[in-house]
Amino acid sequence: MTGEASVAAGSTIDALGQFELHPVLGHLGEALRFSQSPLFMLIAAAVVLVFLYVGMRPAAVVPGRLQAAAEISYDFVHDLAVSTIGENGATFFPFVFAIFFFILAGNYLGLLPFSFTYTSHIAVTFGLAIMVFVISILASIRFQGVGFLKHFLPAGTPVWLAPLLVPIEIISFLSRPVSLSIRLFANMVAGHVLLEVFAGFTIMLAGLGAFGHVLAIAPIAINVALTALELLVGVLQAYVFAILTCIYLREAVAH
Amino acid sequence: MYRTPRLFLFAAPLAAVPGRAVAAGMPQLNFHDPLLIGQVVWGAVIFGGFYLALSRFALPRVERVLTNRRTRIQNDLDVARKAKAEADRASAELLSARHEAAEQARAHVERIQSEARANAEAHAAETAKRLEAEIASAETRITQSREQALSSLSEIATSTTQDLVSRLIGTQDEQTVASAVKRVSA
Repeated sequence: MTGEASVAAGSTIDALGQFELHPVLGHLGEALRFSQSPLFMLIAAAVVLVFLYVGMRPAAVVPGRLQAAAEISYDFVHDLAVSTIGENGATFFPFVFAIFFFILAGNYLGLLPFSFTYTSHIAVTFGLAIMVFVISILASIRFQGVGFLKHFLPAGTPVWLAPLLVPIEIISFLSRPVSLSIRLFANMVAGHVLLEVFAGFTIMLAGLGAFGHVLAIAPIAINVALTALELLVGVLQAYVFAILTCIYLREAVAH
Repeated sequence: MYRTPRLFLFAAPLAAVPGRAVAAGMPQLNFHDPLLIGQVVWGAVIFGGFYLALSRFALPRVERVLTNRRTRIQNDLDVARKAKAEADRASAELLSARHEAAEQARAHVERIQSEARANAEAHAAETAKRLEAEIASAETRITQSREQALSSLSEIATSTTQDLVSRLIGTQDEQTVASAVKRVSA
């Protein structure tokens, strides 16, 4: 959430202003269409890569804390990919790792004051979801050829049901990127709007004098709890996105 | 006074959130904003770079360390297993050697014992034989002496008788005396 322009004049709270895009780096940013969103994507990617680089630099047989953390994140996503996708999971593991940590880092960076949550933009989450969708279709063609189309008619279905079932299956298949992207986007937006609203309450109550100062503790306490909740939601949504990616890819590589 | 802020607390989000949202709409849905599309393009570039950096450099590095550790642990385990097998074999060898030595010692003791026994028996037998021989020779000597004595007895008796006869009657017939002595002593 952004601190700037969060509370408008009067009694209204500008809960959505935090999602506005502004060019960074002055005119150059404006010309390159470079807003805080890509800036924080860069920061997120850099944080993850530096974490892995610094963590694995000792390359010790008995890992220290940071190396253990790096290895645990590797093993966690690796197990997720291999156990869900199957024997071809290792092929897609770097992709799943990139998805998981790109979203996780975005969610968590967004919780820092004055930062920006790029996962709260439907354009970004839909872009990620479409990428997963396209890659799973490409993987289907690569691993199963045109035969993957028979997934649209589940095995053992009576032929007379096909005119009904095939369109349903196609619609559910096409709705995947939509549900995938809106789930992440809506969770992030809702969490950040709530944080903003309760932060706004604190400022409003503080304007009511001494009594208001005391009462203002309540929304701060709520925001502390909401931050904890957002930490949970952040990792959960990244996990959900990653595991759904794995499930779609398993369908793509299964014979 | 107490109620007002509380009521306000509940009413505020209702008033605040829709007010602005309806008025300006969500910035995320303002598709006329070039920055909105720009972030998607930039996002694709950044994600692509992120993926390449991960798949080419970062993740293989972690993989190497993990594989390294796995093989090292496996090697150490193999070495330990080999060492244990060797120790087991050495201990078994030691046990069998000890057993063999004990067997040998027992056999040795038995041999010595039986040798000693045989020696003693042989010695005893020899002694017994020697003694028997001595007894036998002694008996022969005794028999010889007795026979000698017995054979000279008739001579003595004859000569004594001759002497007696010559003294008593002044004459004597050697032949008659000898036959008479023989008759008596027989």
